[in-house]
Amino acid sequence: MIQSQTGRPIRLLYFAWVREKIGRGEEQVELPPHIETIADLIDWVKTRGPEYAAAFERSDVIRAAIDQRHVRHTARIDEAREIAFFPPVTGG
Amino acid sequence: MAVRVQREDFDIGAEIRRLTADRTDIGAVVTFTGIVRGEARGQPISSMMLEHYPGMTEQELARVEDEARKRWPLQASLIIHRIGDLKPGDNIVLVITASAHRHAAFEAAAFLMDYLKTRAPFWKKETGPDGTGHWVDARESDEAALERWRS
Repeated sequence: MIQSQTGRPIRLLYFAWVREKIGRGEEQVELPPHIETIADLIDWVKTRGPEYAAAFERSDVIRAAIDQRHVRHTARIDEAREIAFFPPVTGG
Repeated sequence: MAVRVQREDFDIGAEIRRLTADRTDIGAVVTFTGIVRGEARGQPISSMMLEHYPGMTEQELARVEDEARKRWPLQASLIIHRIGDLKPGDNIVLVITASAHRHAAFEAAAFLMDYLKTRAPFWKKETGPDGTGHWVDARESDEAALERWRS
């Protein structure tokens, strides 16, 4: 397994009520090296402030996409450049 | 085969004419139009805002369309989804499928809508007459509708 580099830059996007609770739609962050999956990332993002903790309070309902493709919370982040968090979709 | 995400309304008749112009291999055209209802959860709504994930939306719709083409012999198809602020009675989404015979067109249109509703990254926020907003909850029945296509 390749050792992750420290502080990899990644773009996080938030939509719908996740965006409203956090108070922003996107941000660039540096990921700590121990973060390997979407679930790890959610646990880390929750610690960034009370607004993040509130947005991810029911993290089981929040969906994720890596580089614009739907993924499960067990998905590995690897070389992802863009990760999005959002509620279940309601279009159509 | 085409996918469009736009603020503007669409003209169903014009879109059908564009798909079928100068072609004689199309024997059946099916359209589905989704429209904003004036009521939600027993309360009137005054407007609906549609948010989406630019980039992923188009890719996801194109993937759904590709899947439909693999399953049915479609001569043409079109998905248009509106974004931004809409009012009750406004069009939201248009799906058109064209095939040599009706069954493929009917089934592919239903498939496209079922997949669009559970895969395409759109979110609706309804606002009531008093100005309070409410994010629409996903329906379990939409997820259940996919079972039909998994056999």
